[in-house]
Amino acid sequence: MNSGDTAFVLASAALVLLMTPGLALFYGGMVRSKNILNTLMQNYIIIAMIGIQWALFGYSLAFGPSQGGFIGDLSYLGLQGVGAEPFKAYSETIPHQAFMVFQAMFAIITPALIIGSWVERFKFSTFLVFVLLWATLVYDPVAHWVWGDGGWLKSLGALDFAGGTVVHINAGVAALAAALVIGRRQGYGTEAMIPHNLPMTVLGAGLLWFGWFGFNAGSALAGNGLAAIAFVNTHFATCGAALGWMIVEWLVRGKPTMLGVASGAVAGLVAVTPAAGFVGPMSAILIGFLAGVFCYLAVLAKPKLGYDDSLDVVGVHMVGGLWGALATGLFACKAVNDAGADGLFFGNPAQFGIQVVAVLVTLVYSFVISVILLKVLDVTMGLRVEPDEEVAGLDLAEHQETGYSL
Amino acid sequence: MKKIEAIIQPFKLEPVKDALHKMSVQGMTVTEVKGFGRQKGIREVYRGMEYQVDFLPKVKIEVVAPDDKVESIVKTITEQARTGRIGDGKIFVYPVAEVIRIRTGETGDAAV
Repeated sequence: MNSGDTAFVLASAALVLLMTPGLALFYGGMVRSKNILNTLMQNYIIIAMIGIQWALFGYSLAFGPSQGGFIGDLSYLGLQGVGAEPFKAYSETIPHQAFMVFQAMFAIITPALIIGSWVERFKFSTFLVFVLLWATLVYDPVAHWVWGDGGWLKSLGALDFAGGTVVHINAGVAALAAALVIGRRQGYGTEAMIPHNLPMTVLGAGLLWFGWFGFNAGSALAGNGLAAIAFVNTHFATCGAALGWMIVEWLVRGKPTMLGVASGAVAGLVAVTPAAGFVGPMSAILIGFLAGVFCYLAVLAKPKLGYDDSLDVVGVHMVGGLWGALATGLFACKAVNDAGADGLFFGNPAQFGIQVVAVLVTLVYSFVISVILLKVLDVTMGLRVEPDEEVAGLDLAEHQETGYSL
Repeated sequence: MKKIEAIIQPFKLEPVKDALHKMSVQGMTVTEVKGFGRQKGIREVYRGMEYQVDFLPKVKIEVVAPDDKVESIVKTITEQARTGRIGDGKIFVYPVAEVIRIRTGETGDAAV
């Protein structure tokens, strides 16, 4: 046991928690003012609900002793046996509870990311049931495959330092499923749907950038050199992505925008997540810069594709996550972290193939289960609020309160 | 008595207010409003989604004054709010039937 490592991981857990309120502001600023509280509420209630789910059984499903590489067993039901002693399969220097609570914050933010695809129309009661089922049937197993001791994708050699696949591709493709099954907002494409408070969005992006140091550097699970590498990569990739988005937007549309820089920063944070502990800083800058470019182009393509992924979860998290996971297979380098692997550019093309497998498996599994869950909820509970409630806004219709009064 | 209602560019509020203050105008009411005239709207772009925004932000100033002061107030507002470009706004002048000061119950010019 090491007190420095323990302190670092606990502080990192608190940083990762802060990302979800940051995400609430990031998303909240982009919706119309009549839906601000519903958007904030979805983020905050996920913190509470998935927090409890994790303690009761989610942690055990994700990190309990592996059942054939596919799911954890119920050994840690209700956190029994999760105490102050280390869980040696993951870290010998921090308490099992520190590891568990650090992972809890990842389980929380992943479903919260999907919120951006369905804002302004998804019925709140159905939302709660969907998120609980998705966390249990999608997040927990996928986290086990990639990170769990004995997880089958981990055994295959897939590299995912802090959750590019488990968190971002997983949430991003579920967002695509949600946008397709739930359908567009009334007036999408004909009415102006202008963000109601971009300063709020920009503040949210800043909190995400700050919290992400816990997400990525904390994933070293120790206050050591690897944590410093992940911290440095996280920062410089994000700088590169903010610049990348701004430059390409400036070239394409003629003006650089604040929303673009904030979105680019988040795209960079997403893309560097799987790579943070495996690549050098110059590779990180390149990964980030290209993430800004690719995600901007993905966001531009959305109106042509016709689905209403309202706040671009697909364009930022799925595309950024895909690029990051594949880029890890290109730029990973054992000279940086010998517990990792060499990527294609360092003489090991096989690693790129392994990354592709992990990406495809996650895309297909998360998409299919998400569609099935939403279809079942559609016929049992209904997915959308009533049309007149959607026009009036979900704050009044679902919560009987408004965010702003004269 | 007349009510002078001026719709002006928001950034012209300060110079107009200062000029009216200097000529001893006793009070005014200011409202943030939106609208369009010959200037029409503008286009805004959010993550590549382009929207036509028809209503532009303006400021509405309302001043009630005795008849003999109306001309000079209108002149002052016109001078101070003008940039010479499209979108500078308009001034409307209405007759006022009565004014009552709530605190004292005074009416007419004494209440303005």
